[in-house]
Amino acid sequence: MGYDKRIDGRKFNEMRKMEAKVGVIKRADGSAYFRTGNTWAYAAVYGPRELYPKFKQNPGKGILRCNYNMLPFSSSHDRVRPGGSRRSKEISMVTEKALISVLDLSQYPNAVVDVFIELPETEAGSRCAGITAAAMALADAGLAMKDLVAAVSVGRVDDKILVDLDYAEEAYEDGPVADIPIAMTANTGKVTLLQMDGLISKEQLNEALDMGKSSLKEIYELQKKALKDKYKVV
Amino acid sequence: MNRDLRNHVIKTLDAGVRSDGRKALEFRQPMSVEYGVTTTAEGSARVIIGETEVMVGVKVELGRPYPDSPNQGTMMVGAELLPMSSPEFESGPPSIQAIELARVVDRGIRESKSIDFKKLCIEPGEKVWTLIIDIISINDAGNLFDAASLGALAALKDFRFPNLDEDGNVVHKIKGDKVLEFEGEPIEVTVLKIGKHFVVDPTSNEEQAVDARLTVAVLANGELCAMQKGGETPLNQEEIMKMVDIAIEKTNELRVLLK
Repeated sequence: MGYDKRIDGRKFNEMRKMEAKVGVIKRADGSAYFRTGNTWAYAAVYGPRELYPKFKQNPGKGILRCNYNMLPFSSSHDRVRPGGSRRSKEISMVTEKALISVLDLSQYPNAVVDVFIELPETEAGSRCAGITAAAMALADAGLAMKDLVAAVSVGRVDDKILVDLDYAEEAYEDGPVADIPIAMTANTGKVTLLQMDGLISKEQLNEALDMGKSSLKEIYELQKKALKDKYKVV
Repeated sequence: MNRDLRNHVIKTLDAGVRSDGRKALEFRQPMSVEYGVTTTAEGSARVIIGETEVMVGVKVELGRPYPDSPNQGTMMVGAELLPMSSPEFESGPPSIQAIELARVVDRGIRESKSIDFKKLCIEPGEKVWTLIIDIISINDAGNLFDAASLGALAALKDFRFPNLDEDGNVVHKIKGDKVLEFEGEPIEVTVLKIGKHFVVDPTSNEEQAVDARLTVAVLANGELCAMQKGGETPLNQEEIMKMVDIAIEKTNELRVLLK
């Protein structure tokens, strides 16, 4: 048997329908929106701004603070209680790690760069959508950056390797599933986020990462286009 | 309060024009209401007034009724002033502004008696529907009150009851088609007093310069169903009546957006 056809009819290396936009939140210093299928994220950047309490300040370099948050009505199950969970704290932390290497924070001593990621609707892959949006928002804020970051989940459903798992695939019951969110710097190709839940062989992992690379390239082009579009001369 | 800012706001109002070129009793453009913006909610809406953007989602859960109203469902309104939406907002438990916003919107809907809570009862004393309305600020460029109340109303109009499975549990995944019966149309408009001037739809700067504000919830027939005064300056009766008049007139303009 095996997983011969994806539930929503996509090809195995095909992303859900994507959309990217920057400058969507006017009050923020930088902002972006990224959608893949029914999962979409807003990211807003405030800063560099002075960090309080003061004892947290670092005169050597600024700090990056990310906050991942699912909105109360963003789950297809029960309402998500506001205020954060252990899960959202962990995702905030790995998001920070996924982004920090492309920022030159030494330019912002004693300061903080705040990144707020908010999800109005989720259907798997929300941390990746958040990271992809956050990278665009950081660029939109005009921060010193060495590269962009894009993220996607790759994985395995039964006997197939595929990208951008949706909720139904994560919950597939007729065979083993592995869900591997990855983030990569666009030009240097360095992995800045890697997590995995599920079962996979070494060979399959390698195959999945290869497949992820070409999807990330696609996302990167979309990010770049969104950023350029904001400054297009009309 | 920043005195220079306040003086500036008053000076422009004295000259009959606001810093963005509007008249005192004019709403910002663009103004829009969009329904069904997120499919994970049982009802949702996005309201845009100028640069201000608010999203409202309604989720529904099964719960037990309150002992004093065993045959009635319940409703809860929450507001999240996201730190994403303004440099003024911080993470953490709801601030007093968020609590006031949620409660003012709650009263506008509840006191209008638009929802027949008896119809939200499934099994008296045991099982009722609980509507949870969450107001989210996406971009706060002023006047969250009016945007939030309009959004809550729109999200309730967009609401569809989910189905129940054989064991009586909610099936959130598949959209139902039963709408929420909703009588009346409570819309809130906030009128501000700044110096001797009355204005509607304030920007963030104007909100900082406010002396007093009055939020009025008005039904389609012109009846009032809730009010809230804010700001530290007292108002006299004449001023209150004038502000109510303005609010009634302006709600008619907003009503058109819901069509």
